[in-house]
Amino acid sequence: MSRDNPHASHAGRRLVAGVPYLWLLVFFLAPFAIVFGISLSKARFGVPPYEPLLQNGEVMAQWGNYAFLLEDPLYLTALLNSIQIATTSATICLLIGYPMALGIARAPDRWRSPLLLAVILPFWTSFLIRVYAWMGLLKNEGLINSLLLALGIIDEPVQMLQTGFAVHLGIVYSYLPFMVLPLYATLERMDLSLLEAASDLGARPWRAFLTITLPLSLPGVVAGFLLVFIPAVGEFVIPELLGSSRTIMIGKVLWTEFFNNRDWPLASALAVAMLLLIVAPLAWLESMRVRRRGAAR
Amino acid sequence: MANGTSPANSAPGARPPVLSIERASRRFGDVVAVDRVDLAIGQGEFFALLGESGCGKTTLLRMIAGFELPDEGRILIDGQDMSRTPPYDRPVNMVFQSYALFPHMTVAHNVGYGLRQEGMARSERDDRVAEVLSLVELSALAKRKPHQLSGGQRQRVALARGLAKRPKILLLDEPLGALDRKLRERTQFELMALQARTGTTFILVTHDQEEAMTMSNRIAVMRAGRIHQIGPPRQLYEYPNSRFVADFIGSANLLMGEVVGMEAGVVRVRLQSGGQTVAIEVEAGVSFPTGQSVTVMVRPEKMEAGRQAFGGPNELTGEVVDIAYLGDLSIYHVATAGGIKVQVAMANRQHRQGKPLERGEGVHLAWHPSDAVILTE
Ligand SMILES: Nc1ncnc2c1ncn2[C@@H]1O[C@H](COP(=O)(O)OP(=O)(O)OP(=O)(O)O)[C@@H](O)[C@H]1O
Ligand SMILES: [Mg+2]
Repeated sequence: MSRDNPHASHAGRRLVAGVPYLWLLVFFLAPFAIVFGISLSKARFGVPPYEPLLQNGEVMAQWGNYAFLLEDPLYLTALLNSIQIATTSATICLLIGYPMALGIARAPDRWRSPLLLAVILPFWTSFLIRVYAWMGLLKNEGLINSLLLALGIIDEPVQMLQTGFAVHLGIVYSYLPFMVLPLYATLERMDLSLLEAASDLGARPWRAFLTITLPLSLPGVVAGFLLVFIPAVGEFVIPELLGSSRTIMIGKVLWTEFFNNRDWPLASALAVAMLLLIVAPLAWLESMRVRRRGAAR
Repeated sequence: MANGTSPANSAPGARPPVLSIERASRRFGDVVAVDRVDLAIGQGEFFALLGESGCGKTTLLRMIAGFELPDEGRILIDGQDMSRTPPYDRPVNMVFQSYALFPHMTVAHNVGYGLRQEGMARSERDDRVAEVLSLVELSALAKRKPHQLSGGQRQRVALARGLAKRPKILLLDEPLGALDRKLRERTQFELMALQARTGTTFILVTHDQEEAMTMSNRIAVMRAGRIHQIGPPRQLYEYPNSRFVADFIGSANLLMGEVVGMEAGVVRVRLQSGGQTVAIEVEAGVSFPTGQSVTVMVRPEKMEAGRQAFGGPNELTGEVVDIAYLGDLSIYHVATAGGIKVQVAMANRQHRQGKPLERGEGVHLAWHPSDAVILTE
């Protein structure tokens, strides 16, 4: 009597599989459509600060905002700057995170959980507070400069806050766990007898790492890199608090357009353009990867 | 006839040893996985390490490969002390039980991996890879990745990869364990042919005595980290040196007794249960003191059971308590008058035997004095 109804379980499975899509629809596609709509309208004073797309049954869409993005070099500069900062930071995260992840994955069993916990421990404090803490550490009369002065290593404070260095440092510090966790996941899964086989066939440890461990951990490298790179490109808080007015990142420009200039349509156009320029190539890359792996199966 | 007193470690004949292990031990905490092992293996031998699970076979093999370092003792390969040499500098290769094929490389790259580490030139490497792949009949699959292969094909890739560097010794850790029965039997013969063709020394780890007997020319029987006996399959079967080996290789009837006399190469033993005296032929020069406790070992197929008395020097009586009909053979479980259980294996030849024995029948048991072995351990 209590046998599972195959149709019901099938439908149930579909429902569960559908949840992520529903999530995407409600929290990504719908807002994206709204933002895209705004980007096609004109700015005005009032609430909302843009003209409705539909006026007297006529669609008033226009691409002027996008054209303006191309006209003013500010936007392109900001975008390239952001990509450069995000790339450098993600690379530094990779260089620091890979040995960390490898160390944790190869640590004795009883050490792994505490070490992993240590990696995600900073998340238990507010992100904002941690960035403020860096301000306290980096400023001219901050902890680091005071210490270096007291030790006689430097004669006058080194300008660290409000530099590109501070922005990179902040991003690397904040996003490092996003690099370590996916790397750990792939490295921990790796069959260690492969390394023994490599060693047996004459590969010294470093060669074995380059030919076996590294290639097999590439999915983790890609995942970790994207998890750092994507949010870092749009980062606003870190350049705002740790950077100078000369560190122009796209997130800051967006903020200025939305809240200082109140030009919602232009800001929306910027958001859409940024999404297409960064996410679309990555999505395409990912789909190529999946297709290639599918073909190899 | 020989008996159980031959030395545990006989030299590998005229062939120079390619591997010598001298009193090597390996401990893991309290566990002594390998315990003072002495072993000499000759060039070109097909050698098997046989023992039940956990007896230390894999550990010993890993010590030869260099993955485990001996806590004491030495390991010499081709006369050179390699006890502390890391695996990548030893002229031995291993076929892992799980195969450990590199999943991101093609079959050809897997096989050529060791040659690349050696720095062999590309063209020479390609030739060698092609040669080894044709040896294991995998040439057609060179471009495939491991996950596109069947279990048997993967096993052959692992074998080819181990052979590609022409190692002095190829170590095989239960290489057939993951194959089904049919494929395993076929692969056994392929392995033997391959070993004969390449002339490489093979050391095979297995817990399957049939596999060890089929493939190897010498077997070391291990138990709890120690080697109990080393010898060709026939010697281990016919002349085991201990009750453990007798019982582990094939099945054995073990009869406890006490030596009561010796004359002209024949030892007389009074059995503990039943009190009959039996005679066992021994090799010239071997002697046992009167009163010594010994075990008489007779293989089931060397015993005969019949309705009439045989009238020989070794005769017991008993009752058939169980019969296992195996087609070619029947195994008769007989409880003797003295209360011991023995097994008798007899070929099913109707015309000679007449009516087969039945359960509950009283029977006479007999064996020839040269078909029994005296064990003291
Ligand atoms: N790395 C290790 N750490 C602790 N104990 C180990 C380790 N490797 C092996 N042992 C122990 O050493 C003993 C011998 O193990 P080994 O793997 O050599 O057995 P084996 O004969 O190969 O058994 P099997 O037929 O099951 O593979 C076992 O008791 C095992 O638990
Ligand atoms: Mg084993």
